[in-house]
Amino acid sequence: MAYSDKVLDHYNNPRNVGSLDKKSSNVGTGMVGAPECGDVMKLQIQVNDESGIIEDAKFKTFGCGSAIASSSLATEWLKGKTVDEALRIKNTDIVNELALPPVKIHCSVLAEDAIKAAISDYRNKQGVAQAA
Amino acid sequence: MKLPIYLDNHATTRMDPRVLDAMLPYFTELYGNAASRNHEFGWAAEAAVDKARKQIADLVGATAKEIIFTSGATESNNLAIKGVAEMYAEKGNHIITAATEHKAVLDTCKKLEKGGCRVTYLPLQGDGLIDLDMLRESITDKTILVSIMYANNEIGVIQPIREIGKICRERGVLFHTDAVQAVGKVPVDVNRDNIDIMSITGHKLYGPKGVGALYVRRKAPRVQITAQMDGGGHERGMRSGTLNVPGIVGLGEACEIARLEMPEESKRMAYLRDKLRFKLEAGLDEIFINGTMEHRLPGNLNMSFLYVEGESLLMGINDVAVSSGSACTSATLEPSYVLKALGLGDDLAHSSIRFGIGRFSTEEEIDYVADKLVDVVGKLRELSPLYEMVKEGIDLSTVQWAAH
Repeated sequence: MAYSDKVLDHYNNPRNVGSLDKKSSNVGTGMVGAPECGDVMKLQIQVNDESGIIEDAKFKTFGCGSAIASSSLATEWLKGKTVDEALRIKNTDIVNELALPPVKIHCSVLAEDAIKAAISDYRNKQGVAQAA
Repeated sequence: MKLPIYLDNHATTRMDPRVLDAMLPYFTELYGNAASRNHEFGWAAEAAVDKARKQIADLVGATAKEIIFTSGATESNNLAIKGVAEMYAEKGNHIITAATEHKAVLDTCKKLEKGGCRVTYLPLQGDGLIDLDMLRESITDKTILVSIMYANNEIGVIQPIREIGKICRERGVLFHTDAVQAVGKVPVDVNRDNIDIMSITGHKLYGPKGVGALYVRRKAPRVQITAQMDGGGHERGMRSGTLNVPGIVGLGEACEIARLEMPEESKRMAYLRDKLRFKLEAGLDEIFINGTMEHRLPGNLNMSFLYVEGESLLMGINDVAVSSGSACTSATLEPSYVLKALGLGDDLAHSSIRFGIGRFSTEEEIDYVADKLVDVVGKLRELSPLYEMVKEGIDLSTVQWAAH
């Protein structure tokens, strides 16, 4: 299978690899997928308390090259966005940017799910923090 | 050293230049039809085919008359299984095979099931071998055929063929083996191994594609199979069609080279394979060999690199040609059914790589591949949330995954 140059670029030079402190109240963690399906994505965001802007994003992905590229690209896009803006990232945006073939669309869906899961985790923590 | 490096010799092999040299005259100079009995052109072709028949027979301890030419192993397997099922329909309708056979065997059996045959698919033990007691217990008075491959194309595990053949002989059941991966790589002898019918193909042993053979035993017992194509009655009536003389010459030459060079070659391949294995084991933790190392083709290594997905691994070693059991690399998006039959979880199957070392592999290539894999697996594990969790002491089997 031939990969697009952008997938290859993200695979060879993945952006924002790593982990943030998942216990921190302004860090949201999303983990989606399952090992037996062949892909697991962990995506984390760190949100600035005052501005509400995502100031850092990190990922780790077990999966094919397209899954790695989708999550790497997602972290790039997340940085600098507000949480509400981040929720508007659609898997089709990722498909278009990376020129993913139909068989790899599920990788982009997984990345969108990971974004949503990370934001949901962040909001839960914030809700709990505010209630306390 | 030239890139890319070919380590996918279970898929196909490079044709030996000596095989090509033997074939060439039969395209343009000696182009007769081997069935033309009344002129020089036909005689020359027939002589070449007879020589090849002998070369093939000599490699596997058969006699020349027991070799039937086909277009390859898929046809040989179809002809063997369907041909026996049809010929011996009055005797019984039960066939025994294994879950890890090639699709040419499994799908042939499935087709026969639709036509009223009963098929038993033996499971495998964790080491890749079939359970002989289970085979014995599966044989009934309706069993007409056991079809078990000699060596597996993914994990290279060699079945206890001699014992399987002995059980079949004792019970009066015919024994077919798909031996495409074994012939020319390890010593095969149809008499020692109690084989009645055996599939062979040219392109797995440095011969041409599109030509194969079926060994059909003539004595003790005399095996008959019903032809699956109608036509001129070539090949003792079992396989009609004008013989592919250049291909047959190539298959014969490939068999002769294999016979003469196997003792040396198999040692060299095993050395290279073991070197690859030990270098990988020295450089990486959490790697796992699939299938027993004790009964295995000398050129095969099949490993799972835990917490790394197979397709991404192949992408990182894109100047090395290997195969993966990962779903992402298969047309069906299912992980390898062979690895799953060993009891491997899907996660391990997704992480597997099959290395097929061959006649033209060099030590320099093996060193390069080992070093590159250690590097790429290390890099991908840095990326892997699973590896991170394991290093944090989390047992992955206890995690609730959001499966999709």
